[in-house]
Amino acid sequence: MSILHAESEHLLNAVLGLLERKGIVRPEEITERIASTDQASPARGAAMVARAWTDAGFRARMLADGTMAAEEMGIPMRGLPPLGVLENTKQTHHLVVCTLCSCYPRAVLGYPPFWFKSAAYRARAVRDPRGLLTEWGTSLPEAMQLRVVDSTADYRWMVLPMRPDGTEGWSDEQLAALVREGDMIGVTIPGVGANKS
Amino acid sequence: MLTPDIFQPGQNVRVKLDWPETRGACHIRTPHYLRGQRGVVERHLGAFPNPEALAFARKAETLNLYHVRFAQSQFWGEGQTGDAVVVELYESWLEAV
Amino acid sequence: MTDTILPEIQPRAHHDMGGVSKFMCETVDTSRHALTEFDRKVDALRGLLGAKGVMSVDELRRGIEAIPEAEYHALSYYQRWIRSIADNLLARGVLSEAELRAALGEA
Repeated sequence: MSILHAESEHLLNAVLGLLERKGIVRPEEITERIASTDQASPARGAAMVARAWTDAGFRARMLADGTMAAEEMGIPMRGLPPLGVLENTKQTHHLVVCTLCSCYPRAVLGYPPFWFKSAAYRARAVRDPRGLLTEWGTSLPEAMQLRVVDSTADYRWMVLPMRPDGTEGWSDEQLAALVREGDMIGVTIPGVGANKS
Repeated sequence: MLTPDIFQPGQNVRVKLDWPETRGACHIRTPHYLRGQRGVVERHLGAFPNPEALAFARKAETLNLYHVRFAQSQFWGEGQTGDAVVVELYESWLEAV
Repeated sequence: MTDTILPEIQPRAHHDMGGVSKFMCETVDTSRHALTEFDRKVDALRGLLGAKGVMSVDELRRGIEAIPEAEYHALSYYQRWIRSIADNLLARGVLSEAELRAALGEA
């Protein structure tokens, strides 16, 4: 049907115009929605991770129910898919992918990054995950088990990385500043002096 | 009414070897590489309306959802022994073995 | 050990990309890509239509998966979304084809 082949921006404007005329979506609602979506960023997830590193009770609650833990940190989760938290240990590393589309823990990390949505990432994460990690310069010890979590359904998954060495006595704010987006998907591992990206 | 949890943690299961893709329009949340594969149930994740029906705005029955673990190397014979792939799968796609 | 069809000859759908050979040698572009105003608007529209019960995320996905393979790969992420949104609004009768055609002519 050629009507759907219209240039994308043109199609968006046409749809928005019709929805406004029909009273289904007002332009201000789009603006408000963008503003609230933009509020979600990896800083939210990083704050949860930092607290989990310093507060054993919170860590246990976060692993048991990520949604409740996020709400406890003031992150709005209402109406959103449940958040599952994957705990990295000395024995086990987690990597999150969505091979079917781009399911991403947006409430705590914001918009999914470009690479997460790419065909190369989606294809390679389940077949050659250790090779994939080298794209970020990440290499796991052979003795460490890698668990790839293919996010196919109603959950959204974030990784709780291990607390880096050399951070004893750091405040939650200092710790949170170490934690990057990729650390919470499992493509990178936080460390003192690790590249900020 | 929702069926009770059919599968228990630690139970061996097999993903159905079915290809709805060959029977017309569909929306499937069970990746192709898992079809017919054996795995182990890790835990029950809850119950959710069937996305295969929701995708067509049809009335959706509620299905149990499980986290199921597979050996990462079992699909393509590649990867490191001991590594795993863990996937959310609906009860309708699983059978006990 | 397994009794599956070999992955490469499975009748998989093109969005179902786990392990697909043709992407295995592709490097991942790990650089940051800023979202455009268009991207953000489409994202917001989808969210609002979901919140208002006009269309679900599952319908969005179905519409994306219905885009033919060559176009699926040629379109950007949010270009696929707006196409699916329009497709779904037509399918649900929220918009008529004539209306959309007219709006495209005048927009």
